[in-house]
Amino acid sequence: MEYEAIVIGVSSGGMNALKYLFSTLPADYRIPIIIVQHVSARSDNDWIKLLNAKSNLSIKEADEKEKIETGNVYIAPSNYHLMIEKDKTFSLTIDEYVNFARPSIDVLFESAAEAYKKKLIGIVLTGSNNDGTKGIKRIKECGGLAIIQDPKTAESPNMPASAIAAVQPDYILSLEKIVQLLLKITKPNPDSYRDKE
Amino acid sequence: MSSEDTSELEISLLLEAIYQKYGYDFRQYSKAHINRRIRNRMRLSGLEDISQIQSKVLKDETFAHELLQDLSITVTEMFRDQDFYKSLRKNVIPILKTYPFIKIWHAGCATGEEAYSMAIIMQEEGLYDRTTIYATDFNQHALNRAKEGIFSNVLMKEYTINYQLSGGKESFSSYYTSNYDNIIMNQSLKKNIVWANHNLVTDSVFAEVHLILCRNVLIYFDNSLQNKVQKLLYESLINGGILCLGSKEGLGFTDFYEKYIELDKKQRIFKKKY
Repeated sequence: MEYEAIVIGVSSGGMNALKYLFSTLPADYRIPIIIVQHVSARSDNDWIKLLNAKSNLSIKEADEKEKIETGNVYIAPSNYHLMIEKDKTFSLTIDEYVNFARPSIDVLFESAAEAYKKKLIGIVLTGSNNDGTKGIKRIKECGGLAIIQDPKTAESPNMPASAIAAVQPDYILSLEKIVQLLLKITKPNPDSYRDKE
Repeated sequence: MSSEDTSELEISLLLEAIYQKYGYDFRQYSKAHINRRIRNRMRLSGLEDISQIQSKVLKDETFAHELLQDLSITVTEMFRDQDFYKSLRKNVIPILKTYPFIKIWHAGCATGEEAYSMAIIMQEEGLYDRTTIYATDFNQHALNRAKEGIFSNVLMKEYTINYQLSGGKESFSSYYTSNYDNIIMNQSLKKNIVWANHNLVTDSVFAEVHLILCRNVLIYFDNSLQNKVQKLLYESLINGGILCLGSKEGLGFTDFYEKYIELDKKQRIFKKKY
């Protein structure tokens, strides 16, 4: 079995974490990555362009109905929730805020868990609220792999700590170790990297 | 059949039941969206599985009404997407000024915030006296609220910032009267708005208009339903008429891409070809 997608939820402290992540992952990284970074409703997408300029992978805003492709990194547009359909395309909604956020990490994670089941990796990084907790739980319930940033190493520890309190993750790691793991996971037989089945 | 496939089947049967009994057609809505809303309702109502919802929907009209509210999104704001409204003032208003009478259709107006935003712009541009705004939605509850024009005072702070960032030069508070927790929009804004129940999925063309705003409505529809609704919008526009979609919506997946020119690509403003 191979993983088909990685979803990442990140809030305050996220810019530094994402910059590190995408300056490290190589251009031929072959699992698509989908990200919710909390931003203000009025934020434009300039920060995505800046991130893309420093990245080996192609980083773009997720478009409505867009097909998810290998080699791409997708970021939820500001002021929309981002969801994944079973046919691996994106849906956007303007439903009410969830956990005071739109986009919300839970909304992305829960839909991704149902679309990808055990072929999904969910990652909760730095942040100061508890968005992502329900979502990472759902990912585990559907058989996916849960990775949570070690709160001690996170710029804002609350969000990963909240996730750890609610779910037994497969890994609790520093950002550096998470990147190493993601690199290992793309090699054949990723099952061997699971702590427990 | 896996339990997941079973629940998918149950949802499609539920949507079929809603359609047959109440005439509201959610069968071609985004599945992830419907799934999420139905699961929310189950949690709130303490129901265990989807077949329970189906039986309740068919027998309990109050519950059916609640579920319909869940499935139709009424989240909106005044002057959402400030760059869009700036572009509207710059690129669309000059075209509208050339017409002796102006008909505008807000398709899927929900609780009316965008229709009031439009009325404000038309008033500021000196065009409102010759304008009719048709604001339609299939959600009668939302439409009733829109017609009242009563909004929470708390929201006004945010809307005022939106208004200013979208190029508004007046004092935003001059457009409403504040009364403790709520505000009511001015009668002078309401006078040329016609609120009407219209369902984009099941109803047909009802007017020929110069400008259509249908923003963040089509994102909930699958490709084939989007195409069907785009046909309805196309047929409702005069030649040279303007179509405004949400900032993440496009015509790329429909048969109508070639039938418009882009007035503002980024803000998704299109002009119907002659």
